Amino acid sequence: MNVFVCIKQVPATNKVQVDEKTGVLKRGGVAGKLNPYDLYALETALRLREAHGGRVTVGTMGPPQAQAVVREAYMMGADDGYVFSDRRLGGADVLATGYTLSQAIRSVGDFDLILCGRQTTDGDTAQVGPAIAEYLGIPHAAWVSKLTLSGDGVDAEQQLQDVIETVHMSFPCLVTVEQDICMPRLPSLKTAREIGDRPVHIIGLDAFPDTDESHYGLAGSATQVERIFPPENDIEHEVWNEGNNAERLMTMLKKRKFI
Amino acid sequence: MAKIAVLERKCTGCGLCQAGCPFGAIDMANGRPEMNAACRVCGICVKACPQQALVRLETRAASVDKSRWRDILVFAEVSGGRLHPVCLELIGKARELAAPLGFSVRAVLVGHNTGRHAEELRHYGVSEIAVYDDPELGYFRADAWADCVADYIRAIRPSVVLVGATSLGRSLAPRLSTRFRTGLTADCTKLELRENSDLVQIRPAFGGNIMAQIVTANTRPQFATVRYKVMNPPARAEAASGEIVVRKLPEAVRESRARCVSVTPVPPKRSISDAEILVVGGRGLQKEADLAMIRELAALLGGDWAVSRPLVEKGWTTNDRQIGLSGRTVRPKLIITCGVSGAIQFASCMKDSEYIVAINSDRGAPIFDVAHVAVVDDLYQVVPKLIEKLKEAQS
Repeated sequence: MNVFVCIKQVPATNKVQVDEKTGVLKRGGVAGKLNPYDLYALETALRLREAHGGRVTVGTMGPPQAQAVVREAYMMGADDGYVFSDRRLGGADVLATGYTLSQAIRSVGDFDLILCGRQTTDGDTAQVGPAIAEYLGIPHAAWVSKLTLSGDGVDAEQQLQDVIETVHMSFPCLVTVEQDICMPRLPSLKTAREIGDRPVHIIGLDAFPDTDESHYGLAGSATQVERIFPPENDIEHEVWNEGNNAERLMTMLKKRKFI
Repeated sequence: MAKIAVLERKCTGCGLCQAGCPFGAIDMANGRPEMNAACRVCGICVKACPQQALVRLETRAASVDKSRWRDILVFAEVSGGRLHPVCLELIGKARELAAPLGFSVRAVLVGHNTGRHAEELRHYGVSEIAVYDDPELGYFRADAWADCVADYIRAIRPSVVLVGATSLGRSLAPRLSTRFRTGLTADCTKLELRENSDLVQIRPAFGGNIMAQIVTANTRPQFATVRYKVMNPPARAEAASGEIVVRKLPEAVRESRARCVSVTPVPPKRSISDAEILVVGGRGLQKEADLAMIRELAALLGGDWAVSRPLVEKGWTTNDRQIGLSGRTVRPKLIITCGVSGAIQFASCMKDSEYIVAINSDRGAPIFDVAHVAVVDDLYQVVPKLIEKLKEAQS
């Protein structure tokens, strides 16, 4: 079975600072890490490979530095990895990111199963997985907490509001997984030694089936960020400094009839 | 026509582009580069930018004829036999947005045995309720459900489509927006409609203390998801209005490669969104065992407990306890946060609570910006004593 796992490098901290005078984001110098939710998708892929054979390929759209997260995936056991890197891919929204990844996946090979984490910690949209599936014209299941191989495809348990719905999808298909699907393994030094300096493939837009750059990046995006601004806060509040705050809280709780 | 675009979230305002421009075509306005009329789109600045924040745009998407896309469509989610209350909130918001432009609000319902839900929707002021009802739709398959909603979108050409940011909605919406090659903005906290029918979408963004204002200016329809408890539900009208239109099942539904294996109802879990009093633990908690303190305080107040994202990332508890963009939105009568710093992802999902008490030893913590009572103190000083006093009061 051939599995592709979508991964992403995200800022290691979500403490992004804003310059109060200019309103500009200070992003420089923030280290990157592998999006924590992607670990569950990768672990799911590795377990399927261990049980049923096949290959696990990972890929990410990002700057060349995103190689670091592909190497991390290697250290967990991924067989092959790609960074889809091209200036013309910059500024992509969900529509353009989904398109880029669908084109990139097509250019890398034929996959039975594509796995994604539930969302990234920087974009927080949880939308790119289903968008890739739509572009590839394949079925998908999201918020999946259990995935088993079955016949010509997989059975996926989707966690919805008041029901768990298990759907069977024949290959090829796409699944986004929840955190409770499995416990990801740690990157292993042994694996790191075995893989040595296995290369990370870096490919750009020219390797994709569709090389029309107006379909990618900012040009291929449907949404535009018009402005960014600090949230307004107009709340009047009391400030209590150190002192007998437990007592004061009791008084407040009684006064407001919470107790 | 080509031009140079600035990716605002990457730009650090370093000014290297301005220094490198041979035509003096870059002005720094508010710390960001702006190309003036001297720009020849040579691309030198694109190469000079260390952040890759400048992009050469070769083409601009031709704008769609906006006057041909009218009305607002609300996706009415039925899952587990229940009409999700978020769709009433969306209808309320949609009616507010639609009125000044003379748009009407429609709803689309997908599922099986949905009759009573369609009937119920007639009490909320929508002009039409489109129903796709078939045994094939008795369970959720994103591709098949997208076929149905897409069929209705093609028929009525709505300007805006609103979808609840539930698990089901967030699986369905990106398939639909992609099918129409248009924009989708997740988890909007504020929506406005311009005279030219552009939907102004505001959401917290970039993992920091920042809001983004987003538009889908060149394509239609404009898709947005909104979470439960963000908008206000409208009052239910006694009289029923609005027409129920039963639509034919699109052929594509039968071609889906997904099929149902089993449906297991899960007893509706008490969600933190439903609690009237919430006690929340944050990164200020030193070890997992200290969560017991949070639980105890919540129990003594007859409320429920929740956490901020770092504690879920540490694996101390599960996502359904998390307040924030990647968790739940809450609006309780009282919320007490203990050691929560209050990043926008968190604050935007609880700031509408009626009374907010924040305990944090860091005077500069952003949580204090949204709190009614800012307790600048060590939670380990305050919480155990408060628990003691509550116990005394109850015995």
